[in-house]
Amino acid sequence: MLIGAASTVVFALALWAFVVNTPGWARVQDSFFDLDTAVAAFPRVAEGFLVNLRILAFSVVGVAVVATLIAFLRTLRGAVFFPLRVLATAYTDVFRGTPLIIVLFLIGFGVPGLLQTRISTELLGTVALVVTYSAYVSEVIRAGIEGVHPSQRMGARALGLSHAQTLRLVVLPQAIRRQAPPLMNDFVAMQKDVGLVSVLGVVDAVRGAQIETAKYADFTPYIVAAVLFVLLAIPTIRLTDWITARLRDREQMGSVV
Amino acid sequence: MSGTVLRLEGIRKSFGATSVLRGVDLDLAEHEVVALIGPSGSGKSTLLKTINLLEPIDDGRILLRDEDISDPRVDVDRTRARFGVVFQHLNLFPHLTVLDNVTLASRRVHGVPRAEAEARGLELLDRIGLGAKAREHPDRLSGGQQQRAAIVRAVATDPEVLLLDEITSALDPLLVGDVLELVRELAAEGTTILMATHEMAFARDVAHRVVFLDGGVIVEQGPPAQVFGAPREARTREFLARFSA
Repeated sequence: MLIGAASTVVFALALWAFVVNTPGWARVQDSFFDLDTAVAAFPRVAEGFLVNLRILAFSVVGVAVVATLIAFLRTLRGAVFFPLRVLATAYTDVFRGTPLIIVLFLIGFGVPGLLQTRISTELLGTVALVVTYSAYVSEVIRAGIEGVHPSQRMGARALGLSHAQTLRLVVLPQAIRRQAPPLMNDFVAMQKDVGLVSVLGVVDAVRGAQIETAKYADFTPYIVAAVLFVLLAIPTIRLTDWITARLRDREQMGSVV
Repeated sequence: MSGTVLRLEGIRKSFGATSVLRGVDLDLAEHEVVALIGPSGSGKSTLLKTINLLEPIDDGRILLRDEDISDPRVDVDRTRARFGVVFQHLNLFPHLTVLDNVTLASRRVHGVPRAEAEARGLELLDRIGLGAKAREHPDRLSGGQQQRAAIVRAVATDPEVLLLDEITSALDPLLVGDVLELVRELAAEGTTILMATHEMAFARDVAHRVVFLDGGVIVEQGPPAQVFGAPREARTREFLARFSA
């Protein structure tokens, strides 16, 4: 404990000394870490961050619904469902492969173009996030569904539960528990990717920072936005670690019984 | 013994080219306890799974109180809910508490209100000494406790027939006794039971009738004293000899 603390302090001091002594430090400090600019830019960046939070909240709900549906379609068996399976597979292939920023452009500018109407950029950004992240998350959920032992399904059917009840009450809860760490990971990734909606003109934290940066000719507002995103991510990351550790403990305990 | 609860007529079942059941006829009377014995691969498990429609049959009829439940038009979910089943491997749902496991079918299939289902579930769990563990998850229970909870779950809905598929063969030998004791109690209370088992002493003691299945057909059946004491068929003698050895 003591050694760990001491080693951390020494390491941090060494890193600090190195950075401070780089030739360009004075200029970089001025244009990225200027306290006055940070304070001045904070209100607008924070206001934009609330927009990010709102988009994130709606996206999480959207992804949960769409991803579960896609995962369900991919696990359907039987020749009748072949077209649905193909469609679901094509969807996950395409949207896992396409960079998010291109999906944002396609949906953000393409959909209003198709419909010849103005649609809120915030809504379009949310849709693009849901479409992209559902492709990843559905694969995680599908792997979870397939990881639930067949005897669980049989046990549920033997009790008289219908196919849908078996999925909802027995298979999905176990699949999602088992896949909690990767799901949380995707959530962390989405928390920061929410900042990309700024490319559509949504005045979020990143766009707010861009406006403030132009005003003060100083990059500090971006750092302010970055700090806000990191502060948002840390609790989720710690929670992910905790859940992962707990699942591991439970599994080890299970093997003893 | 009163009327017939379950009647199997000429049950046939194949998996691909392998014929597992080759025409099984079996009656089960109300309150009767029938032990199904036979070597591994004789079709015991498959037979039990065809009865509550977990495996579709290729040919034959299954009558539950004179109703043909093998008819493709019957509601399989409602029919399955009339049976109680316990499998060899631990089948409790790990994400639910023991009590939720026990009450799941009552609440979700039979529409019993939660409070009522839980009162009954707690009563049953108290009876097997697991009342204090009702709110725990199954991984806090020993294998024997889990299997007893699975039996309680199967009888919580007052099934017409209880199907037990080698429920002690995956257990530590030390834990088998308590599980069999619970089955013995249920049998004494008049539960209609069809059980596949390798516990010959238990079958002899508790069953009213023993059915020897081999190669997908019933080779011999009768009261335990006769099947175990004086088997008529050579194949039965051969099979039983391996157990006494």
